[in-house]
Amino acid sequence: MKRLVDVAAIIRSKNSGPFELTMDVIFTDKDNYEKFLKGKYMNSHKISELYKIPLKDVVDIVEFPGALAVKATIIRPLPSGALGERDVYGAQQHVPLMMMELSGWD
Amino acid sequence: MKKEFRILSPNGILGYGFPEESFNIGVAQKPDLIAVDAGSTDPGPYYLGSGQPFTSRSSTKRDLEFLLKAALDLNIPLVIGSAGGSGANPHLERDREVLHEIAKEQGYSFKVAIVPTELDKNYVAEEFRKGNVVSLDGAPEITERDILDTVHIVAQMGLEPIVKALDEGAQVVLCGRAYDPSSFAAPAVRLGYDEALATHLGKILECACIAAVPGSASDVMMGYLYEDSFAVEPCSPKRKCTVTSVCAHTLYEKANPYILPGPGGTLDLSECTFEQETERRVRVRGSKFIPQVKKNVKLEGTKLMGYRTISICGNRDPFFLMALDDVLEGVKAQAEDNFKSKNIDYKLDFIVYGRDGVMGALEPEPGVISGTKEVGIVIDVVADTQEHADTVCGAARAMMLHYGYPGRVATAGNLAFPFSPSDAHMGAVYNFSAYCLLENEHPEDLFKCTVYEIIDGEPENTEPARLSRMKGGLNEKTS
Repeated sequence: MKRLVDVAAIIRSKNSGPFELTMDVIFTDKDNYEKFLKGKYMNSHKISELYKIPLKDVVDIVEFPGALAVKATIIRPLPSGALGERDVYGAQQHVPLMMMELSGWD
Repeated sequence: MKKEFRILSPNGILGYGFPEESFNIGVAQKPDLIAVDAGSTDPGPYYLGSGQPFTSRSSTKRDLEFLLKAALDLNIPLVIGSAGGSGANPHLERDREVLHEIAKEQGYSFKVAIVPTELDKNYVAEEFRKGNVVSLDGAPEITERDILDTVHIVAQMGLEPIVKALDEGAQVVLCGRAYDPSSFAAPAVRLGYDEALATHLGKILECACIAAVPGSASDVMMGYLYEDSFAVEPCSPKRKCTVTSVCAHTLYEKANPYILPGPGGTLDLSECTFEQETERRVRVRGSKFIPQVKKNVKLEGTKLMGYRTISICGNRDPFFLMALDDVLEGVKAQAEDNFKSKNIDYKLDFIVYGRDGVMGALEPEPGVISGTKEVGIVIDVVADTQEHADTVCGAARAMMLHYGYPGRVATAGNLAFPFSPSDAHMGAVYNFSAYCLLENEHPEDLFKCTVYEIIDGEPENTEPARLSRMKGGLNEKTS
């Protein structure tokens, strides 16, 4: 089965302030981007399932056609740098999203 | 108002460096402004908490030497936002010292404005009691205790203090914590350019060439502001701005790329258009600005959580790895029992690389050690004193080294230590304890700038920066 990494060009995570983590998926191929949006692959439920977090911790999913991009923002499990922190910049939290399976892609 | 206002942004953070060649290309275009942002909350709470600058003194000095010389040669303003990384008084002082040092070495003469943004916590607590402080962006609900426990609280300034500093004749403006785009936008807005376009341009320029391909925070970007639009183009011929690279940067580090709240109002980019003007230049139109109804400024504060001692070790014994969870739980319990009679406030944590070291609580497969023959373990202790942290870390390390687990074959020691000594001080640990909005009808009153001359390298004023707002009223010591 196709995974997100097979169709998107950039898949990344990063802090958006010390309390949120935001993930960007950027395509270079317009057809793939539209197919991805149409298939509603990235939604709050999916993010909650991939990261095993409560649905209420998924803040927002935003489409940004100008950059052929979709964003998902979640509440950080801990504020950046708090005791128990694993990734101060939040730059290595992208893998579950990157490996997301795209059922019915082809 | 000139037809075109040119802004040179040398790099993403003052002290990150930039190629001289790119800088010279930018300077040759005769910019109207050199601006740079020095700050971020990204590296975590330590820098604001400790007062330590995020970039080294020598790399800051190297960059500033170029910027100052060019600004004075061209007779244009140089604006530096979020001095020293976090913009509290110790950070501002460090960058001011560097500025004075360069001026002295070169015998420069210019007028400088210093804008402190650190607030007195008692003032913030007073405002909290009046109901003027509200929590923000998924941050936990703030309490008066949180405010009183902070080490440093900074307020994020907008355009006004920079405009005021320039009005008072300053050529170099050194700001405490500033909204990233403000240093770029304020001088243009002062001359009558559109605030939405100027702020949006500032938003891109504050990261310099991150918005180009190939991306870099250590290379020079030029911004060109017009009455109805703006354009961006990197100085280095090796880089270019494309519609995709500029759009993609708009997404970076923010939850919603269309709606960007900041001091004074919200930037609305939902109607923006991006056009590839030349092979290396992108033109942007349609940025909008929605002014705040209720005026406020964002506050950032940190508190001391304790002191950290760590020990780094590894293991590649399959029987140990099978028993790992039991070992870690066992060591925690043993440490707790050992110190229960002592009055030690500590937190003992194990970071296991090869299992869930990278993702922690977000790891979708917790506890699974897959495809790895070894793990790296960080024994992480934060306690009320450094000595207590040493004590608990040393004890936990010794307990784990000799822990008898089921199936143990190698009885000499469970851990491989790369270093002697095995334990290291990480020093003071801070937390983001205040991340909130302060409602204030006149936010410009929070930021009082001090303007003075430096003549032939001799500053007229060497008084350290003061808190910009004290309990019970303005700080009388600043102008």
